[in-house]
Amino acid sequence: MNTSAVLKPDVVSIPSKEFCDALERHGFNFLTGVPCSIFNPLYREIKNRPALPYLPAVREDSAVGIAVGAYLAGRKPVVIMQNSGLGYSLNAFTSLVMIYEIPFLVLISWRGYQGKDAPEHILMGAKMLGILDEVGLPYIVLGDQDCRVEMARASETLERVHKPVFVVVRNGVLA
Amino acid sequence: MKRAEAIRTIVNALDAEAVIHATGMISRESFSVKDREANFYMIGSMGLNSAIGLGVALSCPSQRVVILDGDGSVLMNMGMLASIAEASPSNLVHIVLDNESYASTGGQRSISDHIELERVAAAVGYKYTKRVESLKDLSDEIASIWSRSRPAFLLAKVEPGNEEKIARVSHSPVEIKERFMRSVQIRA
Repeated sequence: MNTSAVLKPDVVSIPSKEFCDALERHGFNFLTGVPCSIFNPLYREIKNRPALPYLPAVREDSAVGIAVGAYLAGRKPVVIMQNSGLGYSLNAFTSLVMIYEIPFLVLISWRGYQGKDAPEHILMGAKMLGILDEVGLPYIVLGDQDCRVEMARASETLERVHKPVFVVVRNGVLA
Repeated sequence: MKRAEAIRTIVNALDAEAVIHATGMISRESFSVKDREANFYMIGSMGLNSAIGLGVALSCPSQRVVILDGDGSVLMNMGMLASIAEASPSNLVHIVLDNESYASTGGQRSISDHIELERVAAAVGYKYTKRVESLKDLSDEIASIWSRSRPAFLLAKVEPGNEEKIARVSHSPVEIKERFMRSVQIRA
């Protein structure tokens, strides 16, 4: 996790159906967040999945708060956000999630990857992984290995470290 | 009415509700009146206790949930009023202690002196909204709150200022989490 291994430039595509099967297999059962276009295929798939109910949030810090509540009440949550939402939700992570030690999965899109995107994404695209490292939040970049292996690792890490685990999703990785 | 009197009235009327407290003096005063395992004291992340409350309420429909909030907290995250009304959990009551100030940082003015938060809640679709200004009216409302349509929103105007020497919450965040989870999940 958080290795400085070179990221493969060609993203390997994972069918959203397979990814959602993995979410269900690992017991995730409460989704909330704010959309990113990178997650469109995922959003289409979860519409057909009563086992993966989704509650739209008005902002990413609220999504984190809702996920905390769901965890406290016994659910296994997932928060979905674009990396632009990391800034909005950072205080929720540093002053709530990490001090109460609340684990959940965060699916975060990587807008601005390799500096190729609209201007508002370039800075966060370049700094996102560094920010997660600085704050001490673990992450996996999806698509470098078999997604079943990566999801198993994410789920296992959640149980072990009592922190959220970020699954970073580049454009085209979820099909 | 003083905030401490309001909190005492609310706390003494509680049964087994999970209470999600705003950060700052509301957590501290409630803890000082009567500590409960089903109290979640939020010590940071101002504005998110309503989100936490929604998450608990939706995940455990048989658990009654009270959000014990402040005007500054609600104003900081007014979008959550819309989220709560839209999700419409029938097991949720949202109480706001409105002292028109930020008591925990020195009493600076908040803008709730000009904003009627209960009307905002009504506009986004809370099923019952009410404003009270006296301890008697608060007491009456609290006694019947679970017979109202829900989600319900109750705003109590309270005087600014703090009691002397209010204790800090003595439990660690992890302790708060663990005992809260124990008390809620018994009912799950």
